[in-house]
Amino acid sequence: MTDTAIVAHGVTRCFGKLRAVDDVSLSVQRGRIFGFLGPNGSGKSTTIRMLCGLLLPSAGSIQVLGYAIPRDAEALRLKIGYMTQSFSLYGDLSVTENLQFVARIYGLGGARRKARVEELMQRYRLTEFAEQRGASLSGGQRQRLALAAAVLHDPELLLLDEPTSAVDPQNRRDFWDELFALAAKGTTILVSTHYMDEAERCHQLAILDRGRLSALGSPGSLAAELPAIVLQVDGLAAPRRTTARLNRSEGVLSVAQIGAGLRVLCRDKKAASNAEKIIMGDDSAAHADVVGANLEDVFVHATSHRLRAASHR
Amino acid sequence: MHLPSLPRIIAIAGKELRQLLRDRLTVGMVIGVPTLQILLFGFAINTDVRHLEAGLVDAAHTQLSTMFVSRLTATQVIDIVTVGTTPGDLVDAMRRGDISVGVVIPHDFEQRLRRRNTPAAQILVDASDPIILAAARQLAQTPIRVRGDGGVVSETIAVDARYNPERRSAVNIVPGLIGVILTLTMVLFTAMAIVRERERGNLEFLITTPVRPWELMLAKILPYIGIGLIQVTLVLLLGATIFNVPIRGGLLDVYAAALLFVAASLALGLVISTLAKTQFQAMQLTIFVFLPSIFLSGFMFPFAGMPRLAQQIGEFLPLTHFVRLSRGIVLRGATLGELSVEAWSLVVFAGLALAVAALRFRKRLD
Repeated sequence: MTDTAIVAHGVTRCFGKLRAVDDVSLSVQRGRIFGFLGPNGSGKSTTIRMLCGLLLPSAGSIQVLGYAIPRDAEALRLKIGYMTQSFSLYGDLSVTENLQFVARIYGLGGARRKARVEELMQRYRLTEFAEQRGASLSGGQRQRLALAAAVLHDPELLLLDEPTSAVDPQNRRDFWDELFALAAKGTTILVSTHYMDEAERCHQLAILDRGRLSALGSPGSLAAELPAIVLQVDGLAAPRRTTARLNRSEGVLSVAQIGAGLRVLCRDKKAASNAEKIIMGDDSAAHADVVGANLEDVFVHATSHRLRAASHR
Repeated sequence: MHLPSLPRIIAIAGKELRQLLRDRLTVGMVIGVPTLQILLFGFAINTDVRHLEAGLVDAAHTQLSTMFVSRLTATQVIDIVTVGTTPGDLVDAMRRGDISVGVVIPHDFEQRLRRRNTPAAQILVDASDPIILAAARQLAQTPIRVRGDGGVVSETIAVDARYNPERRSAVNIVPGLIGVILTLTMVLFTAMAIVRERERGNLEFLITTPVRPWELMLAKILPYIGIGLIQVTLVLLLGATIFNVPIRGGLLDVYAAALLFVAASLALGLVISTLAKTQFQAMQLTIFVFLPSIFLSGFMFPFAGMPRLAQQIGEFLPLTHFVRLSRGIVLRGATLGELSVEAWSLVVFAGLALAVAALRFRKRLD
């Protein structure tokens, strides 16, 4: 048994003329939480579906838990848990019935099934909703039910497709605590998200942009090694006007207003000094400081060709 | 190939049944559709024509012509609503739609009768509906005189109406109607079964579990077999109590035939379910199967009278075979063994359709 849970090489998937996933290669260590960060339509779901054998790759090779996918997808199914983006359990069955059903599908018999369903309902705080139908649960309750169903057979690998998209911040925090608890017991977790704070919690992160892998590494190293310069600008009298000027400047990847200040992402030193000139020329009372990059800067940098292409149109 | 897992099949079948029972409208339809259809078809579809509005011109006005008219009306096929003086009156009345049959008795009625080579009387028919024409032709066979009354006996053809001597349509319709109702409900149930899970997103979860296509297909049809048999019982009961349809064959044979037909229809529905992407498409495909089933199976029109191509298409429809089985067992008292060709046709159809559905079903999204 190797310590790599997933190895993907040159994975590509086309839908007609669209290359939804384009030449993605990555590897995921066992027992880690691996994040897929990317805007909508960047290929996160398609990649996850290929990893669990639901979609055939157009090109490339995939190995999950030692199984060649899609060839051995059927054998893999016993060892993975998958949580779909939208609620995919039964709205007209109660929480207990849903879990009982999933347990039967995985072949859990009599007493073991009862005990396991009981245990999961307690762990994921579902006991008080036991008799409630799936359709009448709140976003957070549904998500806990879906997680309980996905881990019911104790999978080695969990694939979670935007699990927190319909959940409030408190529930999101609780959910991540549960993920860390699972990871601590050795479960490998692959989770897609478009929330920066969630991406920050992952051990490893892959940023996808229009189907291509544009950054890969731990959140900390990605930020530290960002080959761009971040300027924090304060004291501006008219930040909107300055933003407009900066956006037209060559080498400025993005300008984000944060309160009264601006955060300017520049491609390189030359672009940064240009930007500084524009700022000082616009408002002499302002001051710009080079600061350390955060994950948001990494994300903007990784997906910036899209932004520039859009603004130059 | 792994053997299907029985607990898994039971789990899915049980889930399916539970969902079905929670869907009140569907539960209502299980009972409501057969009840309404049998009442509707039983009362409304009536090829046994009676009480046609008729006009009369009796130019002879003799004792014999009066007797002949009363014989005609005694058949109950016609009700004389207009009496005219010339045949032209009847043609006018027919054009206006007041009557669909006209009886003309010429003034030389009795001489014509004696001559025997000319028709003694004439019956005008609005033949736009062939069923009315057929009724009128039957009417023309009415004997004018009975033996011993002057020696002239019109050569009528004796119609020996067997199995349904009273010529009541319900007797012929009810056994076939079991099949029509089952076609509609069974095909639709399973046509929806997988599409619904796909539309609601359940399928994406289900196909990442170890469920096998065969298990899923079998589990999807099991609960509906029970429902199909409930509907068969309902139609037979209503047929027997309301329309006095006799069950001449063995009840076990009736149910065995129904079981085969239910399985064939459910399997057909599953094939549709693997073709359709949405419930709406599944519905359209079901109707695409349902209409030819009604028209080409021999339920509506006698199979022998259909064009060759229609017959060949009809042979591929499960309903055709079931109509033959059902009428044979219920009305003629035949056994399933005597109709084994039809029974085997259903078995083969069900098996093939189930295999097609299971092979077409992929545990993938593309």
